[in-house]
Amino acid sequence: MSELQEPLVRFIEVQKSYDGEILVVKNLNLDVARGEFLTMLGPSGSGKTTCLMMLAGFEPATHGEITLEGNPINNVAPHKRGIGMVFQNYALFPHMTVFENLAFPLKVRRMGRSDIEAKVKRVLDMVQLHDFAERRPSQLSGGQQQRVAVARALVFEPQLVLMDEPLGALDKQLREQMQYEIKHIHESLGVTVVYVTHDQSEALTMSNRVAVFNDGIIQQLATPDVLYEKPDNAFCAQFIGENNKLIGTVKDKSGNNCIVDIPGSGIVHALDVNAGNIGGATSLSLRPERVEIDPSEGKYPNVFEGKVKELIYLGDHIRTRVNVCGHDDFIVKVPNISDHASLVKGHPVKVGWRADDCRALDVYQEP
Amino acid sequence: MANEIIGGDVVLAADGTPLKASLNKAMRKNRIRALLLVTPLFLFIVFSFLIPIVEMTFRSVDNWQVGTLMPKTTTALAGWDGKALPDEPVFAALIQDLQAGAKAREIGKVGTRLNYEKSGLRGMITRSGKKSLKVKEGPYKEKILKMHKKWKDLETWTVIKRNTAPYTMGYYLNAVDMKYDKSGEIVMRDENRRIYGKLFLRTFAISMAITLICVMLAYPIAYLLATLPLRYSNLLMIFVLLPFWTSLLVRTTAWIVMLQSQGVLNDLFVFFGLVSDDNRLQLIYNLTGTIVAMTHILLPFMVLPLYSVMKTISPSYMCAALSLGANPMVAFIRVYMPQTLSGIVAGSILVFILSIGYYITPALVGGTDGTLISNQIAYHMQKSLNWGLAGALGALLLSSVLALYLIYNKIVGVDNMRFG
Ligand SMILES: Nc1ncnc2c1ncn2[C@@H]1O[C@H](COP(=O)(O)OP(=O)(O)O)[C@@H](O)[C@H]1O
Ligand SMILES: [Mg+2]
Repeated sequence: MSELQEPLVRFIEVQKSYDGEILVVKNLNLDVARGEFLTMLGPSGSGKTTCLMMLAGFEPATHGEITLEGNPINNVAPHKRGIGMVFQNYALFPHMTVFENLAFPLKVRRMGRSDIEAKVKRVLDMVQLHDFAERRPSQLSGGQQQRVAVARALVFEPQLVLMDEPLGALDKQLREQMQYEIKHIHESLGVTVVYVTHDQSEALTMSNRVAVFNDGIIQQLATPDVLYEKPDNAFCAQFIGENNKLIGTVKDKSGNNCIVDIPGSGIVHALDVNAGNIGGATSLSLRPERVEIDPSEGKYPNVFEGKVKELIYLGDHIRTRVNVCGHDDFIVKVPNISDHASLVKGHPVKVGWRADDCRALDVYQEP
Repeated sequence: MANEIIGGDVVLAADGTPLKASLNKAMRKNRIRALLLVTPLFLFIVFSFLIPIVEMTFRSVDNWQVGTLMPKTTTALAGWDGKALPDEPVFAALIQDLQAGAKAREIGKVGTRLNYEKSGLRGMITRSGKKSLKVKEGPYKEKILKMHKKWKDLETWTVIKRNTAPYTMGYYLNAVDMKYDKSGEIVMRDENRRIYGKLFLRTFAISMAITLICVMLAYPIAYLLATLPLRYSNLLMIFVLLPFWTSLLVRTTAWIVMLQSQGVLNDLFVFFGLVSDDNRLQLIYNLTGTIVAMTHILLPFMVLPLYSVMKTISPSYMCAALSLGANPMVAFIRVYMPQTLSGIVAGSILVFILSIGYYITPALVGGTDGTLISNQIAYHMQKSLNWGLAGALGALLLSSVLALYLIYNKIVGVDNMRFG
């Protein structure tokens, strides 16, 4: 993943429209580095699958260029692109055994019988399914089918593998297990993966970088930690992780900081990320674990009176819903440490937070 | 689990009865309900389908005429060795039977029956029946031998004796172009008198051809139907189903209008100079007409099963095959087509079985070389009134269809098929 290397895939000003009226993908610019695990994350309908389909060659781009290893591939047929793909429903060929499914990409490449057997055996070992070679896909469990699908996309050793919500059909436990397995395969093979999901925790667990999609636009492209801790805009702050949102007006700006007036509650000191002009509206984003209950005097610039509305005991922390600044759904995660404040439902409480943890962003209107 | 007690080997329910028994009791209600639901259809099928089939099949072996209408002769012939003409007692019995049969006006039935085995015997029996009324006393042998020269023929007696049995293979032998020769051995008919074997073969060949053409025509249409967006595919589906909404007769006559020598198609050919006016193509009242009209009529029966199978095949299979490096042709043949196999088989069985028993269209447009076995069956039912032969032909047709179906089932498995 050296900076000097040319990216494996480039989307250059790519646009896509299915009906000639609405742009499903609006001006996409994206570089995927060699060996990277890049995830496209976004709500349903945000254009992730469309991007993947354009890369795989099943949908033409309406405008712009896609390059693979520096070569434009807009006019290359899908079967000549050499890109592995894992589909959401796995698309395992039902009339072939697992072995035949895995041998298919090798057979169409006219590989020799012994080579095919060796390679198929290798991927079967990799996904721990050596005993299932003669079974039909319908005789496998969901997790096993999923592994065969991954193995099939890898068996012909493509340098790029695309996965479109491959774990969407699995239950939670299996999904988490498969996340690690796919991650390990990626690391041990060094293959480049472009992964699509609408599950933010999946994206954060697996990826080197995450591209957050909304409305056909990449909202932010960053590593998982940056994405969580430093969201660029209100959509990302809300879509990824839990988030307290306070709406106010920008009163003043100085350097990186700004002062925001929450109507009826007072002044909040915040980090000016994307707050807009003085006098305009801004939405403040604050992670629940960055809020302290009953802070010591003078520790934080932002301290507010509130009232405990609800307590949920979750073992390692206590999820506390507080009414603060006129918002009923302000969440505080109180860590379950030995001397944590004792909270009682209905009692008044003080909450405080740092200015740098409170990011002043644009106002995102939910559609 | 709480109210399940293990008692010895038998699992007992909470009240102590064996679990199996109480399960059966619980299921009985359901079973009775299911039975009541199917009863009307079952009765309908029994009366309109099963009983007629059994009845017709019985007729194909039934041989009541001689035994019932000539009982005395039957008894008298029991000890006949067949080496020479029978002796006086047989003739004495015969004269009584002839007289009784002639008075009751039943003797013609014997004649008709014997005539199927050997032509000319109907005339002999009816003439002798009439003459027998004048015979008052013996010796009868001499008098009967004078009534008709065929009485002197040993073969006549062989035929009569053979048909005193209550059941016969005669109709089936006839249906497969065989017969008894003079000495009662089973042999093939003369080359120029073999009809049904050829007709069966032709029926199978034509049905096979129609099935094949239907597959080739229906496959692309069904594919288009299954892959087109809904609003277009609905319209196309209407065109496919249109034939179902028009009367069979109208469709067949429409083909006559199209295909006859002064018809639309020939006019077009002449107009474009493809054929000369006095050399118009014979497109109907022959094999061509039968195949064209029947293909048209049976096409929907191929399209629908194919469509219903193709509809369930996700487009992602093709995408997957392409992404794995198969070119579109290979992807289609190796990945798509095998998944439609059950549809092809189901459609083929349907079309083949329907066309093998098809009657009205070949009758109207088939001419002489485009008629099928069912037309012969109809002929024997309605014109020649040889119901025994019609039954035998029908039973053979039915059993060959069943045999084919079993073979198909063995190869493909009925569970793998989807009809419509
Ligand atoms: N084949 C298609 N024809 C027309 N519109 C489509 C097609 N596929 C997707 N769309 C539209 O494009 C938008 C983006 O879809 P998609 O890329 O599938 O989103 P995602 O994968 O992020 O859920 C959606 O509004 C969807 O309705
Ligand atoms: Mg999608």
